[in-house]
Amino acid sequence: MTTSPVVDPAQVAPLVHRSSGYWRTVGGRLARDRLALVVGLIIVALLAMALFGPWLTPHDPYATSMIRRLRPIGTEGHPLGTDELGRDLLSRLILGARLSLFMGITPVVLAFFIGSALGIVAGYAGGWLNAVIMRTIDVFYAFPSVLLAIAISGALGAGIGNALLSLTLVFIPEVARVAESVTTQVRGRDYIEAARASGASALLIIRTQVFGNVIGPIFVYSTGLISVSMILASGLSFLGLGVRPPEPEWGLMLNTLRTAIYSQPLIAALPGVMIFITSISFNVFADRLRAAMAVRS
Amino acid sequence: MGGYVVRRLLLTIPIMLGVALVCFMLVHLSPGDPLVSVLPPDASQALREQMISLYGFDQPYVVQFFKWLFNALQGNLGTSIATGRPVIDEVLVAAVNSLRLAVLATLLGFCFGSLFGFVAGYFQNSWIDKLASMLSIFGVSVPHYWLGMVLVIIFASQLYWLPATGGGPTGSDGWQWDWDHLQYMILPAITLSVIPTGIISRTVRAVVAETLAQEFIVGLRARGLGEAAVFRHVVKNAAPTALAVMGLQLGYLMGGSILVETVFSWPGTGLLLNTAIFQRDMPLLQGSIWVLALFFVSLNLCVDIFQALLDPRIERS
Repeated sequence: MTTSPVVDPAQVAPLVHRSSGYWRTVGGRLARDRLALVVGLIIVALLAMALFGPWLTPHDPYATSMIRRLRPIGTEGHPLGTDELGRDLLSRLILGARLSLFMGITPVVLAFFIGSALGIVAGYAGGWLNAVIMRTIDVFYAFPSVLLAIAISGALGAGIGNALLSLTLVFIPEVARVAESVTTQVRGRDYIEAARASGASALLIIRTQVFGNVIGPIFVYSTGLISVSMILASGLSFLGLGVRPPEPEWGLMLNTLRTAIYSQPLIAALPGVMIFITSISFNVFADRLRAAMAVRS
Repeated sequence: MGGYVVRRLLLTIPIMLGVALVCFMLVHLSPGDPLVSVLPPDASQALREQMISLYGFDQPYVVQFFKWLFNALQGNLGTSIATGRPVIDEVLVAAVNSLRLAVLATLLGFCFGSLFGFVAGYFQNSWIDKLASMLSIFGVSVPHYWLGMVLVIIFASQLYWLPATGGGPTGSDGWQWDWDHLQYMILPAITLSVIPTGIISRTVRAVVAETLAQEFIVGLRARGLGEAAVFRHVVKNAAPTALAVMGLQLGYLMGGSILVETVFSWPGTGLLLNTAIFQRDMPLLQGSIWVLALFFVSLNLCVDIFQALLDPRIERS
């Protein structure tokens, strides 16, 4: 047995250093940002509540009790008191995370995909296709977002599906506008021209050249919409247009507890605190993400 | 200048048409029988058919749309199913109430927003700036319907300083500008002003910071002008943007106050929409949304033209 003259490849330093990549740089910046870490942790905790809610609740969130209605905060066995039907409020707030976050985040995710697709196509194609897509979007922009959401779900009737549909329709134009404007900027660059000259199809150019350059700003913008979407989604349920009782959802709970603002004001205000914490966390996180990605607002 | 105004006006026409189309389609989006709230459940087939042809539901959509638009443009928005009164009367009464509230809220937002924005822009990265930016994030993240409830809890149910809900001591009509009526407006106006305060302060801070970084400010100081004179130049530069944002916010508040109006039972368009939705009063829903959207589009148009008047650079771009 002779020792191999070949050097172990693992011990040779690579000649070329791979750059760490854009997204890793962004991740590093976020990890050093204390505020981003704090709100990031809150968001993770809220998501965990949404995922594991049924295993975290101390009581059955649906169990009503006529004799234990509207108990104050700090009641034995009910640390956050009980609601107008005697249900444990802590359990309902925990389980409420599930529907509230689902209703707030889903429309933005859907609008992110549909709006990006519409905006990128409009921005890349230009011409009449751009005109058709963008002028249609202008019409939806002519309504204040709250009014549009309430008008559509009001016409369709109450229900989770209708509320999700109306919120998605509200956010698609906003995402599409951003997507269109960043794509239009990228479209004139030399490398796109080069790809086109080399015979690449429009779909291939969008996939390989355009997509990676526009998705960052669209993503950051969409993250910022989650905060608005949370407030609007809970607002629809608050009006009675979203989630229906007895399902726990923060906006709906806020509505049904309005009868208690004279007898148990602290309890009546609690579900709103959850909406506020969620909304402000997503807002601050989107803001720090924008800074970390160096996207100009 | 004239060319810009004409072009901008022409651009508004297709948008107004689109808005009308969306409002028209709302009724046809709604599931179920459009006559369900006018006809008794045991209505005869003959009566049903008579009603369908009376409302024109048997005609093609295109014909129905242009008929509706033709009537709407003349102020005829149909009859409210719930009250039996013309929709336009209901909407106009409510719109005046909403506008009064929205104007007060916008003015509050403009004053506080400009104040915070100027201070934050002048003392960048100081604790005042950080406080102002925190307040601004607070303003845009707070669920305003919840804030309204919290204000009711504090000032009405605990301190008994202000009335909790309603549009005045005599209900919705007979508004007067005295304390008896004004006290009903304070809590909803403060609640509504939180969003414009946040947005205007953010905008003003950015404009002030940008203006202060420009060379002409150094020039003014070098010529020996006092801080007051420099401040006047900064205000002049920031004012058009702040006023434009204020105008847009007024439109958002008119259309977006439904949640806050519901909390305070304020007799405005929000409460009207709420009634229309839950009584399935489709003509009322359609009419009030159309009027609100028209107001929003016209306001945007005015803001654009006003900005172009103040800043001739806009016309060229």
